Amino acid sequence: CWANSVERKIYIPLNKTAPCVRLLNATHQIGCQSSMSGDTGVIHVVEKEQDLKWVLTDGPHPPYMVLLEGELFTRELMLQLKGSSRISGLAVAISKPSPAQGFSPGLKCPNDGFGVYSNNYGPQYAHCNWTVWNPLGNGLAYEDFNFPIFLLEDANETQVIKQCYQDHNLPQNGSVPEYPLCAMQLFAHMHAVTNTVTCMRRSSLQTAFSLNPEVCDALSDYNVWSTLKPINTSSKIDPMDEVIIVIDSHSFFWNVAPGAESAVASFVTHLAAAEALHKVPDVQKLPRNIMFTFFQGETFDYIGSSRMVYDMQMDKFPIRLDNIHSFLELSQVALRNSSVLWVHTDPVSRRNESIQPQVKTLVEALINSSMGANVTLQEVSQSQPLPPSSFQRFLRAKQIPGVVLADHRTSFQNRYYQSMYDTAENILMKYPEGLSPEETLDYVTDTAKVSAKHCFCPLLAGGWRRGGWRGSGCWVSRMLYGFLIKTNNSWFQSIIKQDLKGLLGDELPQHYIAVTTLVNTTQLVQYVLANLTGTVVNFTKEECLNPEKTPNPEKEMYVYTWVQGSRDPNSTSRVPFCVQSTVHLTKAASPAFELKQWGSTEYSTWTESRWKDIRARIFLVASKELEIITLVVGIAILILSLLATYFINAKAHVLFSSPGDGGAVAY
Amino acid sequence: MTAAVFIGCSFIAFGPALALCVCTIAAEPLRLLFLIAGGFFWLVSLLLSSLVWFIAVQIGGSNNASVKKNLLIFGVMVSVLLQEVFRFAYYKLLKKANKGLMTISQEETLPISVRQLSYVSGLGFGIMSGVFSLVNILTDSLGPGTVGIYGDSPQYFLSSAFMTLAIVLLHIFWGIVFFDACEKKKWWALALVILSHLLVSGVTFQNPQYEGSLVPSYIIMMLMATWAFFTAGGSLRNLKLCLMCRDKDFLLANQRPR
Repeated sequence: CWANSVERKIYIPLNKTAPCVRLLNATHQIGCQSSMSGDTGVIHVVEKEQDLKWVLTDGPHPPYMVLLEGELFTRELMLQLKGSSRISGLAVAISKPSPAQGFSPGLKCPNDGFGVYSNNYGPQYAHCNWTVWNPLGNGLAYEDFNFPIFLLEDANETQVIKQCYQDHNLPQNGSVPEYPLCAMQLFAHMHAVTNTVTCMRRSSLQTAFSLNPEVCDALSDYNVWSTLKPINTSSKIDPMDEVIIVIDSHSFFWNVAPGAESAVASFVTHLAAAEALHKVPDVQKLPRNIMFTFFQGETFDYIGSSRMVYDMQMDKFPIRLDNIHSFLELSQVALRNSSVLWVHTDPVSRRNESIQPQVKTLVEALINSSMGANVTLQEVSQSQPLPPSSFQRFLRAKQIPGVVLADHRTSFQNRYYQSMYDTAENILMKYPEGLSPEETLDYVTDTAKVSAKHCFCPLLAGGWRRGGWRGSGCWVSRMLYGFLIKTNNSWFQSIIKQDLKGLLGDELPQHYIAVTTLVNTTQLVQYVLANLTGTVVNFTKEECLNPEKTPNPEKEMYVYTWVQGSRDPNSTSRVPFCVQSTVHLTKAASPAFELKQWGSTEYSTWTESRWKDIRARIFLVASKELEIITLVVGIAILILSLLATYFINAKAHVLFSSPGDGGAVAY
Repeated sequence: MTAAVFIGCSFIAFGPALALCVCTIAAEPLRLLFLIAGGFFWLVSLLLSSLVWFIAVQIGGSNNASVKKNLLIFGVMVSVLLQEVFRFAYYKLLKKANKGLMTISQEETLPISVRQLSYVSGLGFGIMSGVFSLVNILTDSLGPGTVGIYGDSPQYFLSSAFMTLAIVLLHIFWGIVFFDACEKKKWWALALVILSHLLVSGVTFQNPQYEGSLVPSYIIMMLMATWAFFTAGGSLRNLKLCLMCRDKDFLLANQRPR
């Protein structure tokens, strides 16, 4: 029962929407804002460019609330709307299928200024002077709008709105539509303004005097890392190679970040590689250790990697930059053209005589190991800079040899980079109709086959060690299903802890960093990595949850997790077990907030505003004339009744006296 | 539909009641007391009738729309009967109270006449009934939307306000006639009052055809107004005198030396 019956008669709430919220960095605010008590406007459906004229100039009932088809959601149109005072809000209907010409609200030059290229280091590569990485980027997500913008995710709700519009708002034969008109109200009032410096200053003032809670929160979460051979933090660390990957994404709307090509496909490949490497025999005898790291928050000026570099420099991390021999980063890898994967390196560090031979060896090893496999590795032009990648943050601190693997030679192949259309369809994952969820989980799509057959398992192993590998089958298709379609599947259910059932949902998974700690994606990556790379040990529940109680010198090097296990086919109970792994979490919050340098240009300063109420609803509005008439009638009746009562009261002794009564009648 | 509609509808529904309170009740503490007590009695009757309806719904308990409507009709009828029962109970209580007040105050005449009591109790019932009918609707009229997206009539707020106005005034008239009938043991008048109350409540089931419910209610209100006027001691002669401003002559003529 969400409202009383009168309210149910008046309003239709829109439940499946995603708002555009306000994000702030050191110098700007981006996103959208509504008034404190919501913005109301008469609905107008814009399906083609000409419809916009009604909204901007012709329509007689401003302000308007525009319902925009996804195809028209372009920069030119939005800038037209931004300048107009006749718009009180915008609702975008997600376009199915995705727009053919591509759509990316991100910047043309992602994370510019926070990578390694600057005026001091490779100035010809800074600000995408050499290569524009995201040419389709229109920068919409980084604009500031003073009206609310919502995404309508459910086609049924969009149809309801369009029906209401057609019933009440359509101009008939060129005449003006009459009241009552169909209107929409959007609530998305954001508390933070201006930039991070202002909002953090206000928050600290308010909390110091216990006036109000904070107005904004820093974007933060956790990075996941694990090593091939367990490390003992107190003893000497072996030199190691680090393999890094990004796990988050963003789109214009809050918590809509499917990130299939930009993040998911890559980290799934990374997870599969980690699994396969752990299964290589004699892996413990490798001269160098391998560390697998999953960074969170890279979309927002490299939050995770900048924090890890900072921790390494401040000795707060078990491994230091000196311990790292080389880097391998997996950037976007799913949209390969004719099965070619490109190897990117940093031209500036290669001019250094000590770095260049190491990089050359690395690249050659990678290219050689791909011979005979179904994917070919090729090196891009050596004068081309690195694409936006977490490796740049490490280079910024110290020149270390490393490569970035990507499916694009110059600009991104991803035409929906950081948008709501970067979904499973974008990486061509197709399931046949009519499969049950369990069958879908196990169905190996073509994408998975392509990734699995030459899924870098041989590449990575070959890169560091000559010889073959005998990895077990990759789990790529299951992971792709779990991270792109539905997290609530039987495999994920069996590898998580018992009390975390709220982690798994039935709707499409999103990979936005958010401000609450440990988003679902990070936790799931942690559990999947533990399950794929760890070993099952024969501990009881108490021993597993309290490993320090049992004497064993190896205990400090491992992490123990008690997972709930899969369901017995005959019974409904699960068989839990203990997993021993080297998977750790480390905080991914920008060092700018640790150091309280809120205006920093060195570290990411992204914060998300707080808000109270975000919702949307549609209803009919009556004309102003009717309202004024009601008011006037009410006042007239009041005055009339006052006069009549006074008159009757004054004459009551006459009016209500019968002939029998005398003079002094007490009315 | 915003503040204008909120204020307009409140004034429409409660304007006369407010005027009556300000002019006739506010100055006299005893009348205020009985007004509030009358309102309380109506509230108790509402509580009991809602209990009856709730139990009936639990027993009847299906999702069938026509069963629900029948249960609602049943509930409304029970509510009307309970209201009249409580009006009678209030009358009895007031008679007893008046006797008690007389013994305490050591005066010869009643401090408040039965006629006044009937008017005040009717007003109390009416105000409380109006408030409960309209307050929910008024709070929703403050929002930006108006009724109609599901096809209902957009005149919902206005017609509810006018209906409430009719009910408030009707309760006053019913009170006057009812008490007089009880005093003079005119049981047919009592039955007529209850019948007209049932009729007005029944006619609201014509909504959303507001003409079908508002027009009969106002006709019944006019009829009851005239009946109450005559019961309270008015006559056409008095009315003519007042309207033609010859009341002063009348008073002088009626002055008798004591």
